[in-house]
Amino acid sequence: MRSRTAPWVLLAPFLVLFIGTMIVPIIMAIGYSFTRVERSGLLGEAGIRSVFAGFDNYIAALTNVNFLQAIGRMILFGAVQVTVMIVAATVLALLLESASARWPGFFRAAYFLPYGIPGVIATILWSFLYIPGLSPIVDVLGAIGLDVDFLGPNMVLWSIANIVTWTYTGYNMLIIIAQLKSIPGELYEAAKLDGASSLRVALAIQLPLIRPALMLTVIFSIIGTLQLFAEPRLLQTMSAGITSEYTPNMSAYAFAFQYNDIGMAAAQSVIIAVAAFLLSAIALGVSNWTEKRR
Amino acid sequence: MSTADATTTARRSKPLGNAARAARGDGPSGRRDAGRKPTTTIIVTAILAIVAIYFLVPVYWVVVNATKSTEELFGSSGFWFGENFQLFENLKAVLTANGGIFPRWGLNSLLYSGVGSVLATYFSVAAGYALAKYRFAGRKIVYGLVLGGVLVPGTAVALPLFFLFSSIGITNTYWSVLIPSLVSPFGLFLASIYASAAVPDEMLEAGRLDGVGELGLFHRLSLPQLVPAIVTILLFQFVAIWNNYMLPLVMLADEKLYPITLGLDNWRAQTDRLPEFYQLTVGGALLSVIPLAILILVLQRFWRGGLTEGSIKG
Repeated sequence: MRSRTAPWVLLAPFLVLFIGTMIVPIIMAIGYSFTRVERSGLLGEAGIRSVFAGFDNYIAALTNVNFLQAIGRMILFGAVQVTVMIVAATVLALLLESASARWPGFFRAAYFLPYGIPGVIATILWSFLYIPGLSPIVDVLGAIGLDVDFLGPNMVLWSIANIVTWTYTGYNMLIIIAQLKSIPGELYEAAKLDGASSLRVALAIQLPLIRPALMLTVIFSIIGTLQLFAEPRLLQTMSAGITSEYTPNMSAYAFAFQYNDIGMAAAQSVIIAVAAFLLSAIALGVSNWTEKRR
Repeated sequence: MSTADATTTARRSKPLGNAARAARGDGPSGRRDAGRKPTTTIIVTAILAIVAIYFLVPVYWVVVNATKSTEELFGSSGFWFGENFQLFENLKAVLTANGGIFPRWGLNSLLYSGVGSVLATYFSVAAGYALAKYRFAGRKIVYGLVLGGVLVPGTAVALPLFFLFSSIGITNTYWSVLIPSLVSPFGLFLASIYASAAVPDEMLEAGRLDGVGELGLFHRLSLPQLVPAIVTILLFQFVAIWNNYMLPLVMLADEKLYPITLGLDNWRAQTDRLPEFYQLTVGGALLSVIPLAILILVLQRFWRGGLTEGSIKG
């Protein structure tokens, strides 16, 4: 075989699968998002046909109160959960790296463990700790006079946030630790000579120097938030607060399988994909930009 | 899969080398201020221990409560063992319920993750190697196309994929979950970065002079050089397929084809009407957490061996 055809032979299986499972479905979804199913006859008995709908589905999606609320809910969720998680990951990373900590290897492994547990299993585990009657936490809080309903309509969003935080904090912490380790030792020596306190070292040296890692973890966590699906969907049967259009992805799923409105489902999928694509592209741009400035 | 949460992969891809260094657990800052005050050590370690309890409590709960009967599950304190220790009866019930459906889910998960990750790794390494080691017309277009694919999250493609697969009639089959799992754009990037550093052009030229064919150059000379990258892609793809929920949920209707995540979700959903499913779900959750906990430790070990070498060479 000549080296002109060789690369294409090596690329072929990947490209065929990539085009078949990503490019074609996305093109199909875009196609569907511009069509509307029309049923003729009173009950659709005279046949079903697809007609071109222009931007109707997109307009419907972007004026659908539930879909907009789902997006708004994810913005609120992201603002709180991502902040809490990244602050926690940063503090834990600084403490583990402070040399005041005993058994850092054990703690690192314990914090990282949840990352290997699938979202579905993590949600089932936590749901056991949320359900009244089953949960020892609810019992303990009740005994000291606190009645907490983790699955109540207002509380459940934060119960989901807790599951996501539990899963990803250790992972983000590892990324931050890696960046901390790349800080040259001389900087610490110099700070020590100047008599700087640990707090001052953290604020003046460590935090500014781990900014690129923080930037990256924040932006990718926001993109992850946009895709939230498994956790709220599993808790849906236990909580009255979760509707079937609770998150953007759940909404697209509901339109496809519950309401049989493929055009709308496709339009919402395209909106989610485009938003994720734009956010990722921005994330990459920002990380390249901060890389260059270093 | 790869369509496998492209975001999760994106989330991983960049900092992977860093995380690898972190996992190794050494570095300049580690020793920088030994000989701190013992009170500080006690306070910091106490804080870390309390946080560790938070991360371990759900796992602890499942271990303790998998040993209880259904009545004790609700009747006794959730933080300690009940009077009867019936772990083995419970696990037996999990393994034999519905004619042994749980082991079947486990095997399905192994099939999707095992076959999916091995083939996905082979395809993405071959493609990444081709992009790194050959200069040909269309190379940049392929690169751009795949980069675009990485940025579109897997969950956003799950529904469109369902439209496509239902139009060719392969939904609710093993293929409907397996085929999308065979693609790993993240793996392609990792492999191409690694191959451009770890496979010297001189070695390929020498091979060509000795009359080795182009495919032989890849399989016999280059693959051994790429082992660290291969192991990393394999493990990440395995975990990504294992953790996947939306794709099998969208594709599969037949319980017999479910992976463990979907099956366990199915059991949990029945606890509303049938309380005995609580005990099955708890036991099943325990059985599915154990292999993953082991895998995470293995994964950490391979992070050290795998990507750090790549980052040193690259």
